[in-house]
Amino acid sequence: MSGLLARLEGLGYEFADGTTALDGLSAEIRPGVITGVVGPDAAGKTTLLRLLAGLLRPTRGRVEVLGGAPEAAHAATGYMPQRFGLYEDLTVGENLALFADLHNLTGAVRDERVAMLLEFTTLKPFTGRNAGKLSGGMKQKLGLACALLSKPKILLLDEPSVGVDPASRRELWRIVERMMAGGDMGVVWATSYLDEAERCAHVLLLHEGKLLAESAPGAFLAPLAGRVFRLDVAATERRHAVGRAKAQGGVLDALVEGDALRLVMAPGAPVPEAALLGGANLRAAPPRFEDGFVAALLQKAPELAVGELAPEPRRGARAADGPAIEVVGLTRRFGAFVAVDDVSFAIQRGEIFGLLGPNGAGKSTIFRMLCGLLRPSAGLARVAGRDLLRAASQARARLGYMAQKFSLYGELSVRRNLEFFAGAYGLRGAARAAAIARALRNFELESMTGTAAGALPLGVKQRLSLACALLHEPDILFLDEPTSGVDPLTRRAFWTRIGALADAGVTVLVTSHFMDEAEYCDRLAIVNAGQVVVVDTPAALRARVKTADKPEPTLEDAFIALTRREGAP
Amino acid sequence: MWGRIITLVMKELASLWADGKTRFVLLVPPLVQVIIFANAANYDVKHVPLCVWNEDLGVQSAELIRGFAGSEAFHIVGAVWSERQARTAIEDKQAVAVLHVGQDFSADILAGKTAPVQMLLDARRSNTALLASDYAAQIVALYNARLPGATPPPVVVSVSNLFNPALDSKWFILPGLVVILSLMMTVLVGALSLAREKELGTFEQMLVTPLTAPEIMLGKAIPAVIVGLAEANIVLVASLVLFGLPFAGHVWVLELCLVAFSLAGVGIGLAISAVTETQQQAILGVFVYAAPAIMISGYAAPVENMPKLLQWLSYTDPIRYMMVVARGLFLEDLPGRVVWGQVWPMMLIAAVLLGVATTLVRRAIA
Repeated sequence: MSGLLARLEGLGYEFADGTTALDGLSAEIRPGVITGVVGPDAAGKTTLLRLLAGLLRPTRGRVEVLGGAPEAAHAATGYMPQRFGLYEDLTVGENLALFADLHNLTGAVRDERVAMLLEFTTLKPFTGRNAGKLSGGMKQKLGLACALLSKPKILLLDEPSVGVDPASRRELWRIVERMMAGGDMGVVWATSYLDEAERCAHVLLLHEGKLLAESAPGAFLAPLAGRVFRLDVAATERRHAVGRAKAQGGVLDALVEGDALRLVMAPGAPVPEAALLGGANLRAAPPRFEDGFVAALLQKAPELAVGELAPEPRRGARAADGPAIEVVGLTRRFGAFVAVDDVSFAIQRGEIFGLLGPNGAGKSTIFRMLCGLLRPSAGLARVAGRDLLRAASQARARLGYMAQKFSLYGELSVRRNLEFFAGAYGLRGAARAAAIARALRNFELESMTGTAAGALPLGVKQRLSLACALLHEPDILFLDEPTSGVDPLTRRAFWTRIGALADAGVTVLVTSHFMDEAEYCDRLAIVNAGQVVVVDTPAALRARVKTADKPEPTLEDAFIALTRREGAP
Repeated sequence: MWGRIITLVMKELASLWADGKTRFVLLVPPLVQVIIFANAANYDVKHVPLCVWNEDLGVQSAELIRGFAGSEAFHIVGAVWSERQARTAIEDKQAVAVLHVGQDFSADILAGKTAPVQMLLDARRSNTALLASDYAAQIVALYNARLPGATPPPVVVSVSNLFNPALDSKWFILPGLVVILSLMMTVLVGALSLAREKELGTFEQMLVTPLTAPEIMLGKAIPAVIVGLAEANIVLVASLVLFGLPFAGHVWVLELCLVAFSLAGVGIGLAISAVTETQQQAILGVFVYAAPAIMISGYAAPVENMPKLLQWLSYTDPIRYMMVVARGLFLEDLPGRVVWGQVWPMMLIAAVLLGVATTLVRRAIA
């Protein structure tokens, strides 16, 4: 392979307000392969891509694309920003024509390119449909096609798989890999999904603006060989088993994975004993990228390890009240479109229950009806024994809610945010002061009470959101994709807290299309095309799709098989 | 219930204050506008540029022209010698008026005959032209009275300008500005408050708390009323201190009326807010509302001069009522009966609009 596509030398970028987005990055990007820029949100991925696209100028160091300044390489650069600028009122065909015009594509070359992209993206049947009416996955495919029109030498993709369900995610990878075949186009693929790193030829692992590692995924995982194990544990025991495992010396990381515990041992630590950890059938497992990331993070900053948590106050056991959430024949129509069609399920007290489904399946509609943000067209939703339509305010007082997006007041300080939500939930005087003090202590926010919430790092924002949702000690907690995009250590800390809450009797309802979030649930409802396809434990869902050639299917495999088998075309 | 409302009010005020840009927008423009409006929007006609076209060479015409030259109202900028030159002077905006004295003027006066003079006026500036012709008539009348052998006219109108003896237009503009500025700010704060929360996603976070729709409305309305009162008082103090306006009524009457007025303004803002999704839409909504509402309120031109339809429409405009109260209280001690006649329509408008906005938000909750 001749030459490099891009070279970064001591690259740094600082925003006008003084925050550092990138710090001292040196790396090389080669043609003909996919280079993954991998890291959690706020790691600096978008900044790096914008620097490569020539949309930002580095404040320190140098960036060189195709041997010159990035601005000089515009004609050979394809760039797909996180929210691609599709014209929603134009059809798929018109969007492609417009971008072809912008790139001065004409004649036979143009027709051939457009036809090929329509075929590769399987968008051909939708050529006449408005871009605004496409599903999330289809929009991303169209955006990708528009970025590929000009036959770029270097293709920059900024998190194309965000908000896309697993099946569409696999398709995006397939399209890019097909377009690369036989050419020397190089791709820079930014992602916060650590499992996507394994598909790249080369990976730049970023964390908080710094390059944590740069290597081929295989080389990155090599030191973990023989250090990763799976251990079967009883379903009821799994959350406790994590705590027990972490208390053992030599265990670097432990997390729940369906009916098993995943263990990553410190370098040189002996093979753990199954019985000591309260499980059985210990076996070696192939290391994953996330194992490597956690190990790398912990080696650099051991203080990030999840510590002991303050015990949660026990919620009063009122078993006689029946299930915490009861849904019977719930239906919601928007005009002629049935978003949720006659859905029924029940969630027991102290259960972590997940609503899992592709975009547009209706899971957020169910979720919004349950927290009282949307009125059902038919059916009944009882939350904490109350009908939300009749006693909304009282029912809401027993709920905690954490939105997918950061939904606190960014301009207000940490303390002010806590004060507002305490007041909104009717806490007053000494009770309010005590609740705020407890939240500041339990969520390690004491050192930043005066900081504006919007200026907090992502992980801390998320802690504050949860602290605000828990101030009034709710019986039921609603979480909407709570850990999307956060780094794996923050995610572990978050789910450890949620586990402790569930043990204290809090019912937790999670919506997600992230498989790693689904793994933490006790039971999952798979939602597709407005209906609940199946409700079961993660382990049982996996067992359903077990075949001879896939003896240990992942939850993602199960999810794709179940939504395809039972869903609409 | 009140605890939750106070919590929301405190949060809103902290939010407004926490953002440097918002703080700037709330504090600086009112003062800037007071100064600009008081000086720029000047309806008084003084020093109208005048060209003289004198074809008469007698003493009598010189005397008449001295009358114009000595008046505050006119300022002689030049002389023209033909009709073409006179037209050019006006077309090029050298002069607003041309005084034409015919060649027989002196002879006619001496002969005791009626001696016509012509005034050419630039009617593109209709207000100035109207006043200039009034002033010209006064100067001519004065000239007539001084002619030898002039008899005193049988009827004389003695004009005494009540409430604004010097006819200073600041006395008219600034009380109006108290009204306009406080309204703009309450509408804007109200419109942005919900739209901002919707845009940032905090609206849903708030909807899942036990806060009810009326509580949210009151919690949003009270801070906007506080802002509106603060704005009005900034303009009030500036008018009295910087521009020496009188204040003939009771300040507490004005403040109470401003509360009713601000509630109506918040009602408009929150209603706009309830039907918009983003702050940008909300700001557009405010401007779509504000420009016509100010025009039909009687701020710039009297309501009585408008077509009947607009006059009826102006009954739904809270600015109309507050304009009467503010102008009244500055210049006279408005009788309680008149004040009440303006206050109850504002309260009715506030109640209707806040009700509508609450219903719209309640629909969002469930």
